[in-house]
Amino acid sequence: MRLLTHNMLASNARGASTGYPLKLQVVKWTTKEAEPNADFLRGMLPKLDWAALVAATHSLGLPGLLPESPPTDAELSADGAADDEGSALRRLHRALLEIHIEEGTLVCPDTERCFPISKGVPNMLLHEDEVRN
Amino acid sequence: MVTHGGGGWRRFGKTAAERARASASAAAAGVRRRSPRCVGEFIGDPCSGEKWEPSLRRGASSRLISCGGGARRGEKGEEERRGERMPRPEVQAPPEIFYNESEARKYTTSSRIIEIQSRITERALELLALPNDGVPKLLLDIGCGSGLSGETLTEQGHHWIGYDISKSMLDVALERETEGDLLHADMGQGLGLRPGVIDGAISISAVQWLCNADKSCHNPRLRLKCLARGARAVLQFYADNVKQSEMIVTAAMRAGFAGGVVVDWPHSSKAKKSYLVLTCGPPSLNSSLPKGKGQDGAMCSDDDESDDGSGDDGEAQTVGIYERNRPKKRQKTKKNGKGKSWLLNKKEQMRKRGREVPADTKYTGRKRKSYF
Repeated sequence: MRLLTHNMLASNARGASTGYPLKLQVVKWTTKEAEPNADFLRGMLPKLDWAALVAATHSLGLPGLLPESPPTDAELSADGAADDEGSALRRLHRALLEIHIEEGTLVCPDTERCFPISKGVPNMLLHEDEVRN
Repeated sequence: MVTHGGGGWRRFGKTAAERARASASAAAAGVRRRSPRCVGEFIGDPCSGEKWEPSLRRGASSRLISCGGGARRGEKGEEERRGERMPRPEVQAPPEIFYNESEARKYTTSSRIIEIQSRITERALELLALPNDGVPKLLLDIGCGSGLSGETLTEQGHHWIGYDISKSMLDVALERETEGDLLHADMGQGLGLRPGVIDGAISISAVQWLCNADKSCHNPRLRLKCLARGARAVLQFYADNVKQSEMIVTAAMRAGFAGGVVVDWPHSSKAKKSYLVLTCGPPSLNSSLPKGKGQDGAMCSDDDESDDGSGDDGEAQTVGIYERNRPKKRQKTKKNGKGKSWLLNKKEQMRKRGREVPADTKYTGRKRKSYF
């Protein structure tokens, strides 16, 4: 599971008001190279919950990866940003699309319900009595 | 013995006593139960290719075929057999049980399924009508299975998040190293996404599973709340009957979606695909419903429908409905061979060539008695 998905995902369990953001407890994560696409990231930027993303990188043990405030459009579309290792674009790209969480747990902030992640696939299945109607 | 008078026996394995009782009652019923065609005419069942064995007439075998309803019986048998070969998977078991390991593997190793899935996905993407600006989108694949449809999405450059309820299917997807993120979740429980983050959602052949789950029919309304404003969802499903598809549409409307069902190839039984196209947010210019393919009676050509080499299957897909509606052609059975005149002519020819040919008698070219 990438942090992009984590950023979208909310708990659906009964009793959760928003169920967002899910707390991330990481046991194992890997990096998989991907092709950066500035347009995609620019499109995603307004939809991201930046605070949750930063918190997620912290729980991965990468506190310096992302700044506290989201990068501006100008920063992302700067020339050569895709090639420059340390650019805001590359760092956002790495955080969102290259980091894969393999093993760990997602914890609902409201109900403390745990969703285990195994082999990179979070198990979001709820029991019948936990479903919010 | 009046074995052929029974009219309606279609069963195997009647006991002798039953047979005797039934034939006695048939004899008592007399003319009323006798079928209109007499046994002598009935040569074979043209549909199943079975021959009427003379021995059957003497009641030696337990298999009795109604003489009048031969063709009808054949048709019914055909249907039953078809039914046995391809029962609807959703009536067999819930998805998380039906798609076990072997079924999941079957699903992904069949090149036919792969081809159909990717074709449906392409069509769904077309209906999704994403802005064509070359920017990758974040899409949702609800019921992604082993990621066959997701692969098509990846090919088009989009990022996707896949939902599936079957662990085995997801395992196969992991093995295939699909690009998208996978979630093990039940779409009937709601998607659990923040509102307004997804650019579009597709679902290939998955929604019909919800109709059979006992309770989930009630709450599809919460399901797609996470779509961005103006985003579209295209859900392809196989509805079992009109009622089911109506139910799906009403549920969608009640949930506040605008949209409707686009049916591709409505006249074909196999190629028919229903796409539920939903838009949310204010209706815009492009929210008018696209037109289904093949609605004006055009049959799908081989380009559009799978042509997977297995000849009769492909043909059944393209002409299926016509084949069914057309009255069955009676097969001509040349029971007498080529006839006496042909035979005499042939013998004459041979004689002219100087061959030794038996003399013509009253027996020449005569058919053998059936009990020979």
